[in-house]
Amino acid sequence: MIIKTRKEIPSSEITPESVYRERRKFMKTGAKAAFGVAGAGLLSSAASAQTGDALFARAPADINLASKPDWLVEKAAMRTDAPASGPFNTDEELTPFEDVTTYNNFYEFGTGKDDPARNARDFSIDPWTVEVSGEANKTGTYTLEDILNPHTFEERVFRLRCVEAWSMVIPWVGFSLGDLLKRFEPNGDANYVQFDTLVDSDQMSAQRSRFATIDWPYQEGLRMDEAMNPLATIATGLYDDILPAQNGAPLRLVVPWKYGFKSIKSIVAIRFTKNMPNNTWRDLQASEYGFYANVNPQVSHPRWSQASERRLPTSLFNPRRIDTMMFNGYADEVASMYADMDLRRFY
Amino acid sequence: MTFLAKPAVFLLCLLPGAYLAYAVYLAFSGGENLLGPDPAQFLSLETGEWAIRLLILSLAITPLRYLLNWPYAFRFRRMIGLFAYFYVCMHLLVFLMFLLQWQWGAIGREIAERPFITIGFAGFVLLTLLALTSFNAAQRKLGRNWKRLHRLTYAASILGVMHVIWIVRSSYFDAVLYGSLVLLLLGYRLLRKYSEAVRKFSILG
Repeated sequence: MIIKTRKEIPSSEITPESVYRERRKFMKTGAKAAFGVAGAGLLSSAASAQTGDALFARAPADINLASKPDWLVEKAAMRTDAPASGPFNTDEELTPFEDVTTYNNFYEFGTGKDDPARNARDFSIDPWTVEVSGEANKTGTYTLEDILNPHTFEERVFRLRCVEAWSMVIPWVGFSLGDLLKRFEPNGDANYVQFDTLVDSDQMSAQRSRFATIDWPYQEGLRMDEAMNPLATIATGLYDDILPAQNGAPLRLVVPWKYGFKSIKSIVAIRFTKNMPNNTWRDLQASEYGFYANVNPQVSHPRWSQASERRLPTSLFNPRRIDTMMFNGYADEVASMYADMDLRRFY
Repeated sequence: MTFLAKPAVFLLCLLPGAYLAYAVYLAFSGGENLLGPDPAQFLSLETGEWAIRLLILSLAITPLRYLLNWPYAFRFRRMIGLFAYFYVCMHLLVFLMFLLQWQWGAIGREIAERPFITIGFAGFVLLTLLALTSFNAAQRKLGRNWKRLHRLTYAASILGVMHVIWIVRSSYFDAVLYGSLVLLLLGYRLLRKYSEAVRKFSILG
């Protein structure tokens, strides 16, 4: 059993710039190699391999987009590196691109972990619009370019902790959500912000299912101070490329101190509200999923403990079980927002 | 050729387990990873799936025997039931060994505090009792009581379905499917008990 604890990096051990850049170069070539090699995939039943592939072959990791807008690809490629230390980076091992893009909870494409990578074929992100509404001055319909162009993309290496007690470390490409929201000039009544995911049952086959637990669109929300926290991120890419469909193309949230279900994918609407908005998992089962969903090892999910997590990828005899950290290890940057809140009540 | 029927069914029941064993062997010997980035979870789900499917199949034997007027159906019931127990044991083993690494403190807590695990474990205890009394010698010794004891299969299947329902997060499909099947198969038995018409009814004269 391996227990990892997060090390506070003393200044004497901060990776020298040259070593860090070498490592980035190595990871870049590694990621590109992963594109060409038959990647990881789960066989949910003996017959679920891709048509044409042998029974034991696995589908290559594919970003599944119908087209890649040039301007977006360029912006992602020009992203600035994450600073060597601080909350936007970590010295923990990255989860391989293959696993990040073939092990997803994106029920619009099916409920198996391998369904999104398999079913999100030729996902269209062009044209894409985001509807901004509610308590703000600059509401309206914005194209993807309107939304993303004014911002400089940065590399942000965050831990992502799923409520199912597994986690990954992912090098996202994006920028602070607050910088985007400021542009819409939220007014004094904007206490919360809500987001919607795309509803399109032609592209998202599982939205037609009668057995789905979710009432589409998938919705999530943040309190305004949470949304303005520098760690709250609009992600537009990962591993130096734009987002694959299965990871929430073309733009998604990454809120690293909260459970993964808060990091809503494929955003089409932003709404500033006075009162606490609906969020899908709380709507489905309020006794298990709250609005705040802060990563908290002391508060169990009713059906399982949250005290530890499996850091993926694991193997059978290397289960990489680690203790879950309060606020997923981002307490320094976010704890003050909850200083007066009973987190057992407001889970 | 009918003497091949039992070995054939045996091999079919073994197939999922053999595939999983092969995948585990590959993972250990540094070969291709067929189990995905969270292999313990995947194995737990797969073994659980096959356990409940075979348990339901064993429940279907009696209805099939009567509806198809096929006395030989009973030949397969014990084998299928024991295979269901085999997959339940594998499911429990994955849980103890790979998910909780034999930490008995944590294991005890999980069984006591997580209702879906409590009923899963209760189901395992019932099935163990049934497996231990599945042999001919036990049948002889218990006589009429053997039939009564083995009606615990009904309770075990209900516990199994509740275990599946309780773990639902993403889709109701499995829960609805397995729940409906168990309801149908138990319902048929109830009808048979009280209705002459149902007792007489068969699809193949």
